[in-house]
Order: sequence, then C-alpha cells, then structure tokens
Amino acid sequence: MGKPIANRPFGDGLMSHAAATVASATGSEGNDAHHDSGFWRKYIFSTDHKVIGIQYGLTSLTFLLLGFLLMTLMRWQLAYPGEPIPLLGPVLEKVLGQGMAFKGIMSPDLYNSFGAMHGTIMVFLAIVPLAFGAFGNYVVPLQIGAPDMAFPRLNMASYWVYFMGGVIMLVSFFIPGGAAKSGWTSYSPLATIADMGHRVDGQTLWLIGMVLLITSSLLGSVNFIATIIQLRAPGMTWMRMPFFVWAQLVTAFLLLLAFPPLEAAGLMQLMDNLFDTSFFLPTGLVVSGNPLAVSGGGSPLLWQHLFWFLAHPEVYVLILPAMGIVAEVIANNTRKPLFGYKSLVYSAMAIGFLSFIVWAHHMYLTGMGTKISTFFQTTTMMISIPSVIIVTTLFISLWGGSIRFTTPMLFALAFLPMFGIGGLTGLPLGFNATDIQLHDTYYVIGHFHYVVAPGTIFAIFAGIYYWFPKITGRHMSEFWGKVHFALSFVFMNLVFAPMFLQGLEGMHRRMYDGGATYAAAGGIEGLSQFALKLNVSISHAAWLLGWAQVPFIINLFWSIWKGRKVESDNPWEATTLEWATPTPPPHGNFASPPTAHRGPYEYSQSPAPNGFTPQNEPA
Amino acid sequence: MSHEHAHDIKQATRKYIYVFLALLLGTVITVIASYIPFGSHALNIAVALFIASCKAFLVAAYFMHLISEKRMIYGLVAATGFFFLGLVLLIVFSDADQLMSRP
Amino acid sequence: MSSAAMEIPYSVEPRPDTGLYNGKVGIWLFLASEVMLFGALFSSYIMLRVGSDAWPVHMLNVPIGTLNTTVLITSSITVVLAWAALKLKEFNKFRLYMGLTVVLALTFAIIKSFEYRSKFVHYAVEYTHNGQVIEATGHIEGSPWNWSLKTLQNPDHPIESIVFHPDAAGHGHPGEGATIHAGEHEAVTIATKDIHKLESFGPWHHTYLAIYFTLTGLHALHVLGGAAVLAWFWITGPAMWRTDPERLTNRVEVTGLFWHFVDLVWIFLFPVLYLL
Ligand code: HEM
Ligand SMILES: [Cu+2]
Repeated sequence: MGKPIANRPFGDGLMSHAAATVASATGSEGNDAHHDSGFWRKYIFSTDHKVIGIQYGLTSLTFLLLGFLLMTLMRWQLAYPGEPIPLLGPVLEKVLGQGMAFKGIMSPDLYNSFGAMHGTIMVFLAIVPLAFGAFGNYVVPLQIGAPDMAFPRLNMASYWVYFMGGVIMLVSFFIPGGAAKSGWTSYSPLATIADMGHRVDGQTLWLIGMVLLITSSLLGSVNFIATIIQLRAPGMTWMRMPFFVWAQLVTAFLLLLAFPPLEAAGLMQLMDNLFDTSFFLPTGLVVSGNPLAVSGGGSPLLWQHLFWFLAHPEVYVLILPAMGIVAEVIANNTRKPLFGYKSLVYSAMAIGFLSFIVWAHHMYLTGMGTKISTFFQTTTMMISIPSVIIVTTLFISLWGGSIRFTTPMLFALAFLPMFGIGGLTGLPLGFNATDIQLHDTYYVIGHFHYVVAPGTIFAIFAGIYYWFPKITGRHMSEFWGKVHFALSFVFMNLVFAPMFLQGLEGMHRRMYDGGATYAAAGGIEGLSQFALKLNVSISHAAWLLGWAQVPFIINLFWSIWKGRKVESDNPWEATTLEWATPTPPPHGNFASPPTAHRGPYEYSQSPAPNGFTPQNEPA
Repeated sequence: MSHEHAHDIKQATRKYIYVFLALLLGTVITVIASYIPFGSHALNIAVALFIASCKAFLVAAYFMHLISEKRMIYGLVAATGFFFLGLVLLIVFSDADQLMSRP
Repeated sequence: MSSAAMEIPYSVEPRPDTGLYNGKVGIWLFLASEVMLFGALFSSYIMLRVGSDAWPVHMLNVPIGTLNTTVLITSSITVVLAWAALKLKEFNKFRLYMGLTVVLALTFAIIKSFEYRSKFVHYAVEYTHNGQVIEATGHIEGSPWNWSLKTLQNPDHPIESIVFHPDAAGHGHPGEGATIHAGEHEAVTIATKDIHKLESFGPWHHTYLAIYFTLTGLHALHVLGGAAVLAWFWITGPAMWRTDPERLTNRVEVTGLFWHFVDLVWIFLFPVLYLL
C-alpha cells in the first residue's frame, strides 16, 4: 500500500481511495483484522462520495441490463405471440412456476409483470441512479472543488436504501402471484384489484420498494443541494460552475419537491391494498361481477395526479443530467467555450420550474375539465422552449470547433439529434386534440424511448467513456468504443423509429400479442399486416442491440485492469476541476484545496490556439 | 443566528413566551369558533384556516427564526410555497368541471 | 492524506457568503420536501371531501384533541428554550427543557394511541329487526377490539349474538346510522344471523377515517422519530457539551426546526380533522 497514489490502475485504484486513511487509521499496528474491517468500511459501507458513486454505477448498470433482458423476452412474445421462448422459456417455467410460463410460453400475467417491471426498473433503478446517483456523486464534488459531500453518512444511507428498494423489487418476482402487473404507472383501481387473491401481492412490494427508492432520492437530493450551495471552492461562483453541476442541481430540486407527493400516494395505495381503505377506489366498483366490499368514495384521478406530479418532473430528472454530461463532453471535444453558457443555465432553471406545472398533459383523456386541459396544454408548449434552447445551444457550440471525434464525443453528438427526435415527437402528444389519437399507443413508446434510450443512455455512455480515465487511471479502448457506438446507433433507431408507424396506425401499448387480434379484426379498426411485421423486425433489432453491448461490457472490465494508462492527470486536456485531482482522486479529493479563477470552459483562448486554461490556474 | 449575544437571547426568550401564549389563545378561539354557526359551513372553514395560518406564521417566524433568516432560506421557502400551492390548487381545479356539475 | 484534508467545511461554522452552516441548509431542504409530502395529503383530503356525499364534522373527541394540541405547542416552546439555554451556556437548563420536551412528545403519542384505540372499539352495524333493516353505530358489550362479521362467524369460536350499546343520537356518523330514535339508547341484543355488516371505525370505514388515520399516523411517526432524536441529545448532550459545544448547539437548533415543523403540521391537522 505504499505506492504513490497517482496513475494507479482501477484494481487497486479503488484501494487507493482508502489506502491513505487505512494507513493513518491503523498506524503501525495495522494487521489483517484491521484490514478486514477496513475493507468493509472502504468499499461496502464507505462514506467517500467516489466509492458511493461507483457503487451506484455498478448497481444501476446491472439493473439496466436486467431491465433490458426483461424487454428482450417480451419482444419474443410480441414478435412470435404464443410460441415458446427459446432457451430461456424453460428456465422461466422452472423459476417462476408453470402458471407464469407454461411450456416456456409467456403468460399474459408474466407479460404484464415484465412490462411493469421493465418500466419501473429502467426509470427508478437504472437511469436515475446512474445519471444522478453515480455521475452526480462522483463528479459534482470534484467539479466544485469540494473534499466530499456535505453529509457523507447520509450519502451512504441513500445508497443502501436504494439497494434495499431494488432488492424488494427483485424479490417481488418470486412471491405467489408474481411482480406488479399494472404498468410502471400503477393506476388505481387496477393496481389494487389486479392481484386481489393475495393479501401481500406484487403491487404491495412494488409500493414498499418505491417508498424506499423515494426516501433514497430525497436523502440524495438534500445532500446534493446542500453540497453545491455550501461546499463550492473559493472562487467557484454560481456562474463559474460547470453546466453539469447546474443540471444536477436542478435535478436535485426536482427530486426533492416532486417525489414526496408520490410517496404520499404510495402510502395511500398501500393502505388501499393492505387495510381496505378507498382512497383511489370509487363507489360502486364491480370486479368480475361482484361488487367490491369497500366503502368507496375515493378518486382514481387523485392517484393519477399525484403520480404524474412526480412522473413528469421525473422525465427531466432522466434528461437533465444527460444534457449536463453532453455539455461537458462537447465543450471538451470542440476545444472551444460552450455557446451561450448562461442561456443553458437559465433554460435548465426554467425547465425545472415549469416541469412542476405540466403534469396533467398525461391525463387529457381522463375526462378532466376542459379549462384545466387548456392550461396544461399551454404550459406544456411553454416548457418545450427552454428544451429547444438547450439543444440548439449545444448544436451551435459545434460551429467552428476543431472537433475531436473521440468515443465520448460520438455518443454526445448522437445524443443531440436523438433527443431532438424524442422532443419533437412529444409536441403532438402535448396538444389535446392530437393526443386523442396518439394516447397510449406505440407512438408514445417511441417518443419517450427516443428521449431516454438513444437520448439519456447515449449520454451516459458518453459520460462513462469520458470520466473512466479519471476513475481508473486507464483509458477504455477507442476502437471497441467506436464499434459499440456504431452498432448501438443503428440498432437503437431500428428499434424505436418503427414504433412511430405502429402507433400512428393505432397499435396500443401494453398489448400481450402485439396487436395480432386487432389485425385479425380487419376493417377500419384493423391493424395492417405491415404494422405486425414491424414487430418482428423491431424484436430482432432489439436483440442485436443487446449483442452490441457485449463489446462495451468487455471493454469496460478489461480496461479497468488492462487499458492504456493515462499519460497525465488530465488526459483530455480539460478545464474543469475534476481533472485537477490526482488520478484516481484519493479520499478527500484534492492534494491541496483548489481555487477557481475563471469560468468552466476556457478553451482555445490562450496561450495557443486549441489551448486551454484550467479553472484553477491563477490569472 | 450564531452571532447573537446573551442579551438578545434573553429578549428573544420573552418573545417566545408571548408567542406561546398567543398560540394557546388561538387554539381556544378555533375550538369555540368551530361550534358557532356562521351561516355557511364554508365560512367556518375559512375562519379556522385563517386562525391556523396565523398560528403557523407565529411558529415559523419566531420559533423557527424565519423572521430573521438568510436569503437562501427565504428563496427555498418561497419556491416550496409556490409548488405547494400549485400542487393543491391545480389538483382541485382539475376536478372543477365535475364539481360544478354535481347535483 | 492527512485527516485534516477530509474535514467537511462549514459543518459547524457558517459559510461566509450564505451565512449558513451545512446542517441548517440540510434541514430546510428536508422540510421543503416534507411540505410537499403533507401538501399531497392535504390535497387528497380536499379531493376526497369535495367528492364525498357526507363528511363527518366534530366526530373525534374535541377536548382530547385540544389537550393534545396544547401538549404539542408546549413542547415547541420547551425545545426552543432548550436551544436558548445552550446559547446562554446554561447547560442544566438545557437538560431540563430538553427532558420536558421528550416527556411532552411521549405524552402526545400516548394520548394519540388512546384516541386510535377508541376508533377500533366503535362499530357500525347493519342488521334486520322485525323485517326492517336497521343501521346503528355504537359499542359492543365488553369493548372488543376490531371485530367484524368474520369474527362472529369464525367456525372455531362462533359468537351467537352481540349486546350492542347504540350511540346517543347525533354522536354517530352523519349520513349513516340516523335511524336510532330517542329513548332507544338501551342496549340491544343482536343475533349474528341477523347482522349483514359489522365494521369498526378503522380506516376502511369511510374515506374520512382513511385520511384521518393516514395523516395522523404519518404525523405520529414524525413525533416518535423527533422524540428519539431529542432524547438522544438529552442523553449524549453532556459529553458533547464538553468536547464540542458549538456542534451540539447547532444540532439542537436543527432538530428544533424539525420539531417546530411537526408542531406546525399539527396546527393544521387539528382544525381540519377535529373541528371542520
Ligand atoms: C434500450 C432498450 C429498450 C427497449 C428495447 C425498450 C422497449 C420497450 C417497449 C417495447 C415497451 C412497451 C411494452 C408494452 O407496452 O407492452 C417499453 C415500455 C417502457 N419502457 Fe422501455 N425499452 C428500452 C429501454 C428503456 C429505458 C432506458 C427506459 C427508461 C427510462 C424505459 C422505460 C420504459 C417505460 C417507462 C415503459 C412503459 C412501461 C409501462 O407500460 O408501464 N425503457 N419499453
Ligand atoms: Cu409529462
């Protein structure tokens, strides 16, 4: 443990976060027993924001894979309805029981469970923890020049509460009746009556899991905001913060203020499920011909309001950190300052503000009042303005840059048009009149996946390739990175673009047979054979997309130990403070407390063209 | 409030006692008012909520020191208040058409 | 790396430009999220109330509610006096006020639990009498806890009949049970076979009770959590006062802020649930 800290490979790079403190804590009597307790303290129950960031990252990448695997199985059922799933079908039958996958055929219940859990896992267990928990934790304190988060122990608690929430979600697959089946939106009364036969059903565990995940997010967001307000290094004024930090700050506010209503709603739905209350159950509900024995008098609309009060801001939680990553990567690889830094910042704030008052655009078809629909339509159109400003600003930033087409840059560049498609296809959904046609069809699925999959996921890949050298002291392979990029780009589009066509034909989302019954109906309501054939091509593209991740996974782990070593602490010649630390940064981050002397993106100013001036370089 | 001197604290303590008495008084008044028919029950609700708001103001302003806080905290409280109102009012208004048409 | 480099700045002394120490920023952020949490429940209350046919008024025990309100308000002043005592370096006073606060918090919780209990021994029953369907609210002889028709029909311990003490008129549940006439307050014996429905006044009985239990239950959790933290400072205070008095003062201030918020929520819960 006596080696110098800088330029260590990841394997003991992680160690080195700890090495110094272990050494000083154990002193001369350091022995194996101490080392053991040291291991738990340093890697498992660590309070170091970087270790916690890595924990978040590895856990959420695992969930990302799992969420994707669920979808690959569902895609089989959509492409070849009613046929046994090859290879994995018998496994499902063994593990989840005959009722779920008789002879390897996916049952409707299993399809519903997988669909609901795909959405839940992707949103709450994969993307948010990745974009906010992992990148935010690792990068934000470094970029503002802080030694750690403001509340390190709270930070650790936040990770472990998230972890428990994840475990409960996983356990729910194996209980009698299986996991939650009512979509990631869990609309009442469906969510309460879906598994009435079981007292503790998948939905109950879903709710308990959600309460834990929400609690984790709340702890995290309190910590992020307090850190950014209080722990900025001397000279790190608000307008000198990298845009990534701004994005995380706004994200944290969204989580802080939008999540609690869903926590309240979750508690109420839990009461409905466990204690027979009627918060969301209307009077006169009849289930399978029998009147439901509850007092009634509740309001299903209330659930939707409270759910979407969170869930709309949530989509900005999914996208803002991604925009932050892309901004960093673009500034670094165009070698020039971001165009319109201030408009980026103000737009992010405007988005944060407006995203609290647009939620009911998901509810146009509920019979909500017309005046209020108009209100939400208006605010929805308003919020598209700052989003467009951000994308446009980033596009313009490319102008006149001497672009380095590194792997992170390729992903960041692809993000722009992909998010653009996602955003623009959202406009027709924001208008009352057009939404009547498009609501709950595959058009919606296509729309938001363009935002979160080729959008956010690409940004996350960009971030991984970009910050990997800081985390591990080694580069990931550029060649395999580019292979990964090219394949992902092609297959992502082959998966999601056709969904727009299916949706416009009226193919409904959440359909067990991918609309085959509708097609058979023929006539005006019938779905064309073409739309059905697209199901097959989409599924094949999705599976190929899965294979396209193999180079990434191998590259990721191979490079930890075998990647090309970084040539300096600042291999990308970047300006922000995270590159002013030793590599990997030790516990406490900076060798000496940094001071910011300038804005975050002073590229190609002086001394040379393509030169750069780090933020901590004195004037 | 770490810069406060003993003298200020002693003064503040007296203020806390007054606030406490006012809170007790407010409690008594709300209870009594809730039994007086004001003609419409909505008026009773308005009165009770008004008194509760006054009490809440006293607690927040004096016990929680909001009367002399830093700008950052004011900003946070204002933003939270705004989103709180958005949450409550928009949800209630969204049901307005149905409510108005109730028999 | 020296451990000094790992000190988190501004965990005790305020940061010059914000004028705040970290804990204070943290607690206010947390309270902001709490406002939204209770805000969502309040808007649920409004939605449920405006959508309901009959909403009970003065259904709970108002004197007890008033007493509990007083208890909580008193604990709010004692906690702020505890903090002021620390500021004045009068540690013994701090111990006294802090101890009082904890006692008051527990008093509140105990009173609340008696209130809860009274709901589970209060029943609504619907039965046939002389060919006529009668709805009534009241108590079952022996004050059993949370019975239902299933309890009476339990094949292992079937109960043939219950002795029912109806509420005095006007004390029941408006919109229900108004069928009891004056002079009929004596106990009636009802055979199990005549009962269609028997239900205690738990959260399942009416959306009013559902939101009542949820709001007050969540509030009670806050009370218990707050009491635990306050008690912790009462216990560990002496040691910390010797080593790090500033930090103790800050922590008491921060916990106090949380405690006042709990009080503040109750200031709204009381009229909304008990009086209106
Ligand atoms: C990259 C590969 C992905 C593929 C191939 C994919 C595919 C799909 C498909 C086909 C559906 C519709 C299922 C149905 O309606 O029956 C769906 C639903 C959904 N997906 Fe994905 N998805 C992917 C990634 C993601 C990501 C990254 C997110 C997250 C943020 C996400 C969030 C959702 C949500 C929320 C739903 C709705 C679930 C529901 O109906 O309740 N997906 N996905
Ligand atoms: Cu939305």
